[in-house]
Amino acid sequence: MSARSEPVLRAPQSRTKTSPVSASGPFEFTLALGDDALVAAQRLAEWTSRAPEMEEDVALSNIALDQLGAARLLLTYAGELEGAGRDEDALAYLRDDREFRNCLLVELPNGDFAVTMAKLFFLAAYQLPLYTALAGCGDEQLAAIGGKARKESAYHLDHAALWVRRLGDGTGESHRRMQAAVDGTWPYVHELFAADPAAPVDPATLRADFDATVTTVLAEATLTRPESGWAPAGGRDGVHTEHLSYLLAEMQVLHRAHPGARW
Amino acid sequence: MSTARAAVAAVVDPEIRVITIDELGILRAVDEDPATGRVTVTITPTYTGCPAMDVIRADIRRALAAAGHPDAEVRTVHAPAWSTDWISERGRAKLAEAGIAPPPPAASGGVVPLTLAVRCPRCGSPETEQISRFGSTACKALWRCRDCAEPFDHLKAL
Repeated sequence: MSARSEPVLRAPQSRTKTSPVSASGPFEFTLALGDDALVAAQRLAEWTSRAPEMEEDVALSNIALDQLGAARLLLTYAGELEGAGRDEDALAYLRDDREFRNCLLVELPNGDFAVTMAKLFFLAAYQLPLYTALAGCGDEQLAAIGGKARKESAYHLDHAALWVRRLGDGTGESHRRMQAAVDGTWPYVHELFAADPAAPVDPATLRADFDATVTTVLAEATLTRPESGWAPAGGRDGVHTEHLSYLLAEMQVLHRAHPGARW
Repeated sequence: MSTARAAVAAVVDPEIRVITIDELGILRAVDEDPATGRVTVTITPTYTGCPAMDVIRADIRRALAAAGHPDAEVRTVHAPAWSTDWISERGRAKLAEAGIAPPPPAASGGVVPLTLAVRCPRCGSPETEQISRFGSTACKALWRCRDCAEPFDHLKAL
């Protein structure tokens, strides 16, 4: 396994080997998906006004907006499932880090552009089969959200895969950076597929689709697929990297300082 | 057509002001309760994060109030998911006239999408190229005509 040279991608705490299978009812499941999308949106939006080129600035902001749209639907529905009167804003702005259920992958810092693309590529390669499966699940609301979001996910995957190929099969420097980004983020993908047979869609069933996409694109990009070994997890149980706390502080400060503030 | 339906159908998209929400295919239903006069409008977003939805809801209520239907509810549904195939012929013509290349047929799941030439809405040339996969709104990409050199918006197939 290649050296993990990116210090920003190091998890401050690692979980024990036995990752507890969380009894994921529809609420926990929907909350986790909503948190994935919300945190991904916040990270992607950090690129707004500072992407390497104008077109990419627009692209990353657009993808962030799609993620935010999915997050709003999922968190609104999670609030309904919970039945405690929490709406999308209460869930997004008034929970602390330990109450967030997003995967660690989305909260990792953006790093360089290659790291951002590796993260987006792995996320989209997971979200596309996930939303597609949701579209056919028994829960009418989740099916509607899945049917809608999968179309947007397909475009995200297309876009990220294009950059992974372009950078991987580009110059020596872009290849080196893309490979380092893939190596650095790869350990975090395993958490996405932790088995949860009770969930509306068991994430473990999405792994084959994900692996097929990743194998194809990495080969086209002349990149090496990392060996699977170290597999940090804990996001689904609320045990996060320190990076999430800073992200939430920035995202939530306005709402917490001025509760109920409106434009 | 009822006055309520006509009033709602005439509401224009706030971000692409040449086309109505009916022509765009996001207006799904207008139901009027004959007993109470209450109007229920059902719409669906183009993209999940479309920031125009709040404005559209407000515009619908305003149009209904002006047409004598102050008691109105606007519901948002997500299934079936909106597709660019729902844009009417008239809507497509209006987009092209406004310099926005209309979308090609959307690829259905599992089928390898066929890339068709996007014609320049200014000069009609098929010699065009994509500048940016994303554009000024969630539903558009930015293209350029190689013949007349004009950049233009293209509604992405969805």
